[in-house]
Amino acid sequence: MATAPRFWRENPSRYNLVGIRCNSCGRYFFPRRAICPICHRKSVGKIEEVKLKGTGKIFSFTEVHDTLEELVLQKPYVVAMVEFDEGPKVTGQVIDCEASELQIGTPVRVTMRKLSEEGPSGIIHYGYKFVPVKEKAP
Amino acid sequence: MKVGIVSYGAYVPRYRITPDEIGKVWGVDGKSMSKGLMINCKSVPSPDEDTITISVEAARNMMRRCSVDPRDIGAIYVGSESHPYAVKPSGTIVAEAIGASPNLTVADYEFACKAGTAAIQTCMGLVGSGMVKYGVAIGADTSQGAPGDALEYSASAGGAAFLIGSEKMIATLDRTYSYTTDTPDFWRREGQMYPRHGGRFTGEPAYFKHVLSGARGLLERVGAEPKDYTYAIFHQPNGKFPTRVAKQLGFSDAQIKTGLLAPTIGNTYSGAVPLGLSAILDEARPGDRIFAVAYGSGAGSDAFDIKVTDEIDKYPRSKAPTVKELDSNLKFLDYATYAKFRGKILLGGE
Repeated sequence: MATAPRFWRENPSRYNLVGIRCNSCGRYFFPRRAICPICHRKSVGKIEEVKLKGTGKIFSFTEVHDTLEELVLQKPYVVAMVEFDEGPKVTGQVIDCEASELQIGTPVRVTMRKLSEEGPSGIIHYGYKFVPVKEKAP
Repeated sequence: MKVGIVSYGAYVPRYRITPDEIGKVWGVDGKSMSKGLMINCKSVPSPDEDTITISVEAARNMMRRCSVDPRDIGAIYVGSESHPYAVKPSGTIVAEAIGASPNLTVADYEFACKAGTAAIQTCMGLVGSGMVKYGVAIGADTSQGAPGDALEYSASAGGAAFLIGSEKMIATLDRTYSYTTDTPDFWRREGQMYPRHGGRFTGEPAYFKHVLSGARGLLERVGAEPKDYTYAIFHQPNGKFPTRVAKQLGFSDAQIKTGLLAPTIGNTYSGAVPLGLSAILDEARPGDRIFAVAYGSGAGSDAFDIKVTDEIDKYPRSKAPTVKELDSNLKFLDYATYAKFRGKILLGGE
């Protein structure tokens, strides 16, 4: 039970990629933070909450074969560092694909999936994962 | 006040399994099962998908296609028989995920396979009465079939979301009619993992009686005939039932072809008619008239008379995937992987 509020506090970031923009230097950060790590006190009062678009590209990735118990049904799976179009990098699972279909620079978009469950009677945690974006045929 | 569909979005998981592959495990001729049911393959959700993730994806696709401010949504209803929580509405998470919280009403619906259309009817009432500006109706399921049961060959996953409003409607919902009785053809008791059904009893006294009565009741009330419609869609627990019921009513194969998804996706339960309607809206032209009848065991039917408006020519359908696009780039599973994905393998410690 104790973890329900801890995850709930992070829902804006997990569901909707809510981060911040520092209006002193123009940089974006994810997840939310109180001050800009570059501008420090110059950013006080200039931090704006923003929702990232959810599109980006793979900065680096790996295939995971030895995993946590809660992800055992999904192994092997791909975890990537994704660089959002706005700049921040996040780590997340890339789904609905094989590692062989991906390369550094592959465009991805965010989707929402189950991240974990606190057992069969506990809270289900939802949040962002990534899917490769297929270019539409002209 | 005219009420209609302002936007829509669909979602179907990528994974598929064939009846032949399922039949191999249970000593059943899967190929003849496939032919009899008119199901070539069915969709399978991956282990991290459920009714909530499917609903969110469909609702986000719906929002991508319109410029409506999500804060103007006054109601969200998610119809499903596989809500991940028995107590905690799926709609709360959908509302948060599309930015519609907190000034709205939310509830989950259940009426076997027609909970999604029941949600559409509720939104029609709320918008039509002026209680809300926009309502969202979602039908989605990750339906359950016990291992080896006849349902296992068809029970699949998918869903669609509709933004119901009274401005910039791509299709007007001109009339709806429902037919409901106490008919125990299919049920799942609280706490049970899999549903049970009455075998052949699910046919004539259940599906056919209610779909035919719902369809005829609506045709009579609007003074129309089957030939007046461009498209027709019927609940599709398999490919055979809707094809037969269409013939009985006098609809042609050409009218039902676009909305008949069971042959490639299977029975998406609450998602079935909503997905079929999405496939029709993917290609519909101004002036097209759509006849839709959903069926839910227990039992009841919801029939709709829908007219596509000129607004559809300006509607940016390409901003989200069409049902055809969602039914491509497939990955077929063997039975063992399917059983693992669907939680049918008992793991140590459970």
